[in-house]
This record gives sequence, C-alpha cells and structure tokens, in this order.
Amino acid sequence: MAIEQDEIEKIAELARIRIADEQIGDVTRRITEILGMVDQLQAAETDGVEPMANPLDATQRLRVDEVTESDQRDAFQAIAPAVEQGLYLVPKVID
Amino acid sequence: MQWETVIGLEVHLQLATRSKIFSGSPTTFGAEPNTQASAVDLAMPGMLPVLNEQAVRYAVMFGLGIGASIGMRSVFDRKNYFYPDLPKGYQISQFAEPVVGAGKFEIQLEDGGSRQIGITRAHLEEDAGKSLHEDFHGMSGIDLNRAGTPLLEIVSEPDIRNAAEAVAYLKALHSLVIYLGISDGNMAEGSMRCDINISLRPMGSKELGTRAEIKNVNSFRFVERAIRHEFERQAEILESGGRVVQETRLYDADRDETRPMRSKEVANDYRYFPEPDLLPVVIDEAYVEEVRRGLPELPMDKRKRFVEQYQLSAYDASVLSDSPALAAYYETVVRHCSDAKIAANWVQVELMGQLNKHELGINDSPVSAQQLGELIVRILDHSISGKIAKQVFEAMWQGEGNADDIIEARGLKQVSDSGALESMVDEVIASNAAQVEQYLAADEAKRKKLLGFFVGQIMKLSKGQANPQMVNQLLAKKLT
Amino acid sequence: MHTQTVAQLAQGLREKRFSSVELTQHFCSRIEELDPIYNAFITLNKDAALAAAAAADQRLASDNATALTGIPIAHKDIFCTLGLRTSCGSRMLDNFIPPYDATVIKRFNEAGAIILGKTNMDEFAMGSSNENSFYGAVKNPWDQTTVPGGSSGGSAAAVAALLAPAATGTDTGGSIRQPAAFCGITGLKPTYGRVSRLGMVAYASSLDQGGPMAHTALDCALLLNTMAGHDPLDSTSAQDPVQDYTQDLEQPLKGLRIGLPREYFGEGLDPGTGACIQAALQELESQGASLVDINLPNSKLTIPAYYIIAPAEASTNLSRYDGVRYGHRCEDPGDLHDLYTRTREEGFGDEVKRRILVGTYALSAGYYDAYYKKAQQARRLISDNFTAAFEQVDIIAGPTTPGTAFPLGAKSDDPVAMYLEDVYTLAVNLAGLPGISVPAGFVDGKPVGLQLIGRHFAEAQLLNVGHRYQQATDWHQQAPVTGGTL
Repeated sequence: MAIEQDEIEKIAELARIRIADEQIGDVTRRITEILGMVDQLQAAETDGVEPMANPLDATQRLRVDEVTESDQRDAFQAIAPAVEQGLYLVPKVID
Repeated sequence: MQWETVIGLEVHLQLATRSKIFSGSPTTFGAEPNTQASAVDLAMPGMLPVLNEQAVRYAVMFGLGIGASIGMRSVFDRKNYFYPDLPKGYQISQFAEPVVGAGKFEIQLEDGGSRQIGITRAHLEEDAGKSLHEDFHGMSGIDLNRAGTPLLEIVSEPDIRNAAEAVAYLKALHSLVIYLGISDGNMAEGSMRCDINISLRPMGSKELGTRAEIKNVNSFRFVERAIRHEFERQAEILESGGRVVQETRLYDADRDETRPMRSKEVANDYRYFPEPDLLPVVIDEAYVEEVRRGLPELPMDKRKRFVEQYQLSAYDASVLSDSPALAAYYETVVRHCSDAKIAANWVQVELMGQLNKHELGINDSPVSAQQLGELIVRILDHSISGKIAKQVFEAMWQGEGNADDIIEARGLKQVSDSGALESMVDEVIASNAAQVEQYLAADEAKRKKLLGFFVGQIMKLSKGQANPQMVNQLLAKKLT
Repeated sequence: MHTQTVAQLAQGLREKRFSSVELTQHFCSRIEELDPIYNAFITLNKDAALAAAAAADQRLASDNATALTGIPIAHKDIFCTLGLRTSCGSRMLDNFIPPYDATVIKRFNEAGAIILGKTNMDEFAMGSSNENSFYGAVKNPWDQTTVPGGSSGGSAAAVAALLAPAATGTDTGGSIRQPAAFCGITGLKPTYGRVSRLGMVAYASSLDQGGPMAHTALDCALLLNTMAGHDPLDSTSAQDPVQDYTQDLEQPLKGLRIGLPREYFGEGLDPGTGACIQAALQELESQGASLVDINLPNSKLTIPAYYIIAPAEASTNLSRYDGVRYGHRCEDPGDLHDLYTRTREEGFGDEVKRRILVGTYALSAGYYDAYYKKAQQARRLISDNFTAAFEQVDIIAGPTTPGTAFPLGAKSDDPVAMYLEDVYTLAVNLAGLPGISVPAGFVDGKPVGLQLIGRHFAEAQLLNVGHRYQQATDWHQQAPVTGGTL
C-alpha cells in the first residue's frame, strides 16, 4: 500500500515524533517499502481465526490486594530531568 | 421550539482497594506528591502490571448490584494518548470486552415516581495522575500518586432527560456503591467523577442531536448546573439556526459556564489494542456465586422492605435507606421503641435536622440509636409529651445523658398523680370564674374551644408536665 | 581462564585454583585491552564487579555457594541493573541509572554471579546487525568487517571474543539465536513466559524473552537454571514448574524424531550454510535420531505478521519515553508538544522511529483490523502449524540464518532486506516456542548455526540435543582469537 507523505506526518504527530522537513521524503519511502512487505499478509485466509494475543493462551493471575510498595520518591526523582517540591515539571499543561 | 434533552452519563468511580489496580502502591488520598508512585506507576522501563483481585471483585459486585451480565472473560486494552499525567503514554482500560455488561438501574424521582435507566457497561481502568497548575516558573507540576488507582467507569444509556433525573441517577448510584462498600464515594476527593454527554432534539423527535461532552463534573450541584447551562447554550445555538459542534467541554464552577477544552481540540485516535502485558481475565460461575453470596441487602431491596415491613411511604423509605449506616440507625431505633412510624419521624426530623445543621454524618451523631429509641419509649408510655421530648432530645444532643436521666434530673416526668392534678384543676377553676361561667353557658361546639383554655392554664401551672389526657378527664368531670 | 567454559570455571573456583576476584579481574583486563576492537560493551562494571567477586569468594568458602557463585557474566544492556546505567542502546536512556534490578539480574545476584558489564545491542532490541546502536556497531570477532548479528550482538561478540564466559540476551524475533549463530556460540531462547520480563526493557511484550548465551549447551543450562522461574510481578510469566536443566543433558538421542521443515531448506538458503546443517543433521541421525520431512505451510506469513505485531506493540511500549520522569529530555522545550516531539526525535534512532511509525499506523483508526488483528490471526495459523508438526516429531531442526555474518553496512540502508535475515527465527517467537542455536561449522571462516525448535517448555530437550551434538563435534570449541580453542 502506498502511503502519502501527509499521512506519515499525521502518524508522526500521533506518535509525537518530530521529523525534520529534509527527512520526511526518505522516511515516507522507507515506510512505504515496509508496508509493501507486510501487505503480503492481506492474501492470508484468516476468516474466523481467533487472534492470538498470547502464545501460551494463558489467563490472567490475580494479585492479592496488599500494599507492597513503600515511598521511593527520592531515588526515583534523582534520575528525573526536572523536579520541584516533589513534582515532575513539564511545560505548562493546558486543559 | 420545545427541546428534549438527551443525557448519558459516564461515571468514574474510584474503587476502595488498599493498593492500586496494577501495582502494590497505597491508594490513600492526600499524601505528599509522588510518594505513592512506584516504579510501575511511574512507567519505569521494564515495569509490568499485575491485576488486583479486589478491583475485579468490586466490579463484579457492582455488576450483580445492577443485575448486569458479568463478563466471564474480560480483556484489558491500551488506550494510547500522550499527556503528562499518563506516564506510560497509554491508559490500561477495557474496550471490547468489559467486566460488566448491560444492566438496568431504577431511580426514585422527587415526585414519588421512578424511572429505569439503562447501564450500557462498566469497565475497569486505571486513573491518571494530576497536573498542578500553580506556577513553577511557567511550568506545571505532575503528581502521580493517583496514577493507577482503580476506576470503574460506569456508562449509562442516553436515557436521562433532565438535570433532576441526572442528579437522581447519580445519587442512586452513589447510594448503591456505598452499600456495596466498593467506593468511599467521596466526591470532594474525586472518588466519583462524572462526564456528561448531552444533546438536544426537538420534542417528539427520535433522532439524536449532536452532543457535547462535559468532562469531570465533581458534585451533584455542579452536575445540575452544568446541564442547565449546557441546555441553554445548545438551545440558543439551535434556535438561532446554528449547529452544535461535537466537542469536549469543561465545566468551570467558578464562572458557572462550560467552555471547550483546548487540549482535546485534535481528534484523538486512541489506537486501542489488547494490552499484551496482561492476559484475559477469566472468572467462573463459582467465583460469581461466591461474590453474590457476600452481597449486602441493596438499597432498592431495603427500600421495598421498609415500605412493607414498617408501612413507610415510598419517600420516607428512600430517605431512610439512603445509606446503610442511616438505615441501620433507623432500624435500631425501631427495635428499641417498637413504633416504626414515630421512629421514622424522629430520625428524619429531629435527628437529621440536627445532623444537617452541624454538618455531621450519621456515624458522628452524639445521640445513639438506642438512646433515641429509649426517648421514644418515654413518649409512648406517656412519661413525657412529644413537646417535652424535644427538650430532652436537645439535652441528649448536648451530651447530658440518657433520656431517663435527663427526665429525672430536670423533673420533666408527666404529672399523672390524680390528687395533684385535681388540686391544680381546682385552682384554675377557682381563679377563672368568668371563663367558667362562659363555658357553662356555651353550646357543645364552643365548649370544646374553651376547654383548651383551661388545659393551657393547667399546663402552664404544671410547667407542661401534666398528663393531658387526665387533665381533660378531670376538667370534663368538674366543669358541670 | 578465558578459554574455559562456565562449568570449568565453576569447578576451578570450587577447587580454589583461582579466586573469583582473580577471574573477574582477568576478564575486566581483557575487556579493557580488547574491547576497543569489538565494541561489545557499553558499560564495564569493574569496581562493583570486583567487590561482588570478593563477596563471592567468601561465599565460595562457605557451603552455600551455587554453580554460578563467583562467575562473571555480561548482561545485555536491556536488563535493568540497580545503580548501573541501562541504556538499551539508545540515546534516550544514555543517562538512565535504574533504581531497581530486573528479576533476571536479581536471580543472578542471589546465585552469587558477578555482573561484569553491560553489552552493546541494537537500540531497544530493534535490529539484526547491532548497527542500530547509539554506541556504535559491534564487530564480529570472527571477521571484523562483518556484523555480529543482533540485537544481542554485544553479548554474542563478548562471549565469542572470550571477554566474558557467558552472557544474557533477549530474543524477540531471533535476537539471541541469530547473533549466536553469527558469532559461533550457543544461544537459547526459552519458551515465552519461562524467564521473567520484569525489568527487561520492553520491545514487543508478547514476543520478548530473555535467555542465556554461552559457549556450550551445558553452560546455557547452568544459566537457565538461575534465570527461569515464575515471577509474580510479570503477569505473562509461566507458572509451570522449572526443572534442573542439566539433568537430562546426557540422554541418548535414540528414537528422537527430528522434523525438517521444507520451508527452511528452500530458496534463499546459502548453499554453504545448508551443507553445514545437513552435516549436523547426519551427526544427529548417526546418534539414533530419525529425520522426518515436515511442512510449515504458513511460514510465508511469518515476516509480515511479525513486522506488524512487533512494531505495533513497540510503538506503544516506547510511548513512556517522553522526557518527563527519566531519560533524555530536549533542551528548553517551548511547550508540552515541543517537549514530546523533540525529545523523541533526538532520543530515538532511525530504525526505532521507523518501527514506531509503522506500528502507530497499523494500530490507527481504520487499519486495526487489516493489520494488527489480521497479523494476530496469522500468528495463530503459524502456531497451529507447529502444533500439528509436533504431533509427528519431537523437535524441529534447520538453519538459524539463511547465511553467515554479512559485511557491516551491507544492509543498514535497506530495512526490508535486513528484516529478511530473520526468516527462520521469527516464527518461534510468534508461537512462543523455545529455540536454540548451536555452532555447526564454518563457511569461509565464518560460523554457521544449527537451530533446534522444541515444544513449549521443552528447553531441557533442546539442551540435551545440543549437548549431545557438542559431545560429538568441536565447532563450539573454536575461538576466533589467538590462542584459539577452549
């Protein structure tokens, strides 16, 4: 399937990845090649086949409702790019 | 043009688990920022979710509580979007296969009627953190303590037609979850939050109009105001020939208005897909049965029982069954005084009056149910009149002791001693000769009125403690 | 010491022929001296390793030592190590020092093994050549003009160049087996869920699996004994009991039925590699195994299904790298959008970005059914082929890769050509099966790997066949460096 450049731009926006103008053409070409390869899948007869999300077809184990974690804020925030008063700082959030 | 409002509500209910839905962090409210955010909650590399059993149990309890179908196999999905309060860049939620399917919910309206509101589904998901907008040099602060708190999102059908019904629905839902014990229902702390989907259509039309979604409305009062406001806004647009835009709006309680949310301008493509870090949740009939056996009496059942067992009106029954604590209080009063009607009056008028005045919950009442029951016993056995009882209740509220102690200490017991009463009656007759003459000259109808004067005088003389029935009998005998 | 296997070193430690400190120091010196050639390591853990070795020597003197106590092991830089930078081969995590250990690391620590250092890898495990690393390409010790394979290329090269006696790797589509084959070592990808994924930086959650890389099947068994087991903190971790993987190593192969998928011996297989595999199969046959031709008719769906599922999962697994809580953050973000888009533009390399974009596209509105769902359906068809095959045979054998290590740069500009490298390894991940690559000869001086695939949880059987093969051959004893054999 051919994919247009503006569609790549839309996808990149969804994925929050900036692509420089001079690279967008090359990225579009590569993605088109990859999608062309995976499109071989469209020929597969999959009607009525149950999708396989997990190779063991196992089911979820449930955890007992217990508090097992203690406060590790100092350790966690020691590796954070920007914190103040225990909060992670980001450019102003607008609702 | 007459407009019909069509409202569907999405309620986000925080479940009262000790730990988070996918991690072992505590869920207590009000901790220092980010002190309850574990590596899992912070989406540190390589961290994985493990599902909390209690969250599943609470969801199943809710499903059984509304008679919904239970998803014996439910699947968690990733809902992908970027926001700083969402550390993983996706929210773990349930999309195609929720834990609770369709159900129905009956709500009581203030006019005494009731309505069925359809529940589309209820699904488990994780809460996000909070962005704090206080200014940190032009930055926002992110607190992830709330991230990963279990939520049950309860989606209603668009069956609600006005603000009053919306509030009745929310109150009924609130009552149910408190009964079930699955949430603390504390709206001020955000334990129950509501998104309102609202559209207008010409009265009688079957087609739905374009809806707006109002996000995060956090009190019954705001729900009412937001709906009224949004109705007016949409009606104005439609009547001036305009079109309502499908959008997400925010209710601003300070300005009492809704406004579009800027962050939701770009249409989101959430790219839902099954969460590969979690497996399908499969529960069996035995589990559901076990949960069912543990269910308490539900508000609607209790309401029906109160009407049948205590001959209460539907309204009284619904007030008294509003919370399990109030209902238990009421039933304890009844047990001690054996008169359901008077007990209902006293609980609703005197007790709840005082509680509301002092902004106390039923569990904080200084007068216990047993104490109130004992007071009512004293009315029933004519030891005190209803009027005196209010004084006694006042004293009990102030912590002066049990009804009997107060009656004793203040000498409030009714005078039923015929000798003492007789001398009081004689005294009043003797000092009101003119009125006695009037009385004797009057016809039957007038006499009744005049008798009240003598009773009043005797009550005054006895400081209200004379047994009114005996006084009446004595007067009737003497005034001939 | 560097020419010995883990089993031999463990014996040496027990017999006090050398101490763990001496052993660890020896490997650290080798890395310092030789790794500038190979670039197999991103981070050397020398000081902490020597301290841990001293503690291990004390433990060896007591009676609670394990088979791995005092053994230095290199870890793929995808396993989080408390206090030791874990980059995942990415600029995004270049400054990331985990405040926790992965479960695999915890288990090695508890066994008394020494963390020698963190090995180079394709960024976020996306690649088949180790050329997609922020820290530069790794060179194949057998021929420094060729790639070591990927994504666990650093681990494979470290073991092959005798810079570590053993290493860990992860395998999402062949990332243990393919570099093991290219570097002439033994690498085992366990059954999905056998080894905990907790603290292992996620690439594609439903495919990722950690495993051992070493010279011999016996060494892999020793490492797997420590790595395998249920982890209550990983919902996808298997609860099936773990056995002692060294126990069945000597089992004779008589009566073993080995399936040879026609699809793995057809067009695209390099004749030299094919000849090595045929010779290896004859060896197994001579030990009493029988060879049975089988079909895996849905093999053609493997590459497209994998290259939808893995990027789709990866695209959202990598959303957490947003410059807010850890890792790279762009300078002076103008607003929130700028913070996200520039941080991710700068932090991720080209292949990672490509896979995020492909995955985002495959999951986006209107394409979910045509791509992700369809790929998961194809996945079941592929898995069903294996289930059917395992009714006829006990294990499946074939080449690990279509050819030997290719020159550096040969495919780095052509993602699709690179993807085709994984043609024989991907299906194992899609079906969640265990697979092992064992050295099976050389073509023009470059190693060839024989791949063995087993039923779910049949790791012991694969190790048994690998071990018996290695008892009869010496391919695994060859070393690329002077001083040459183990």
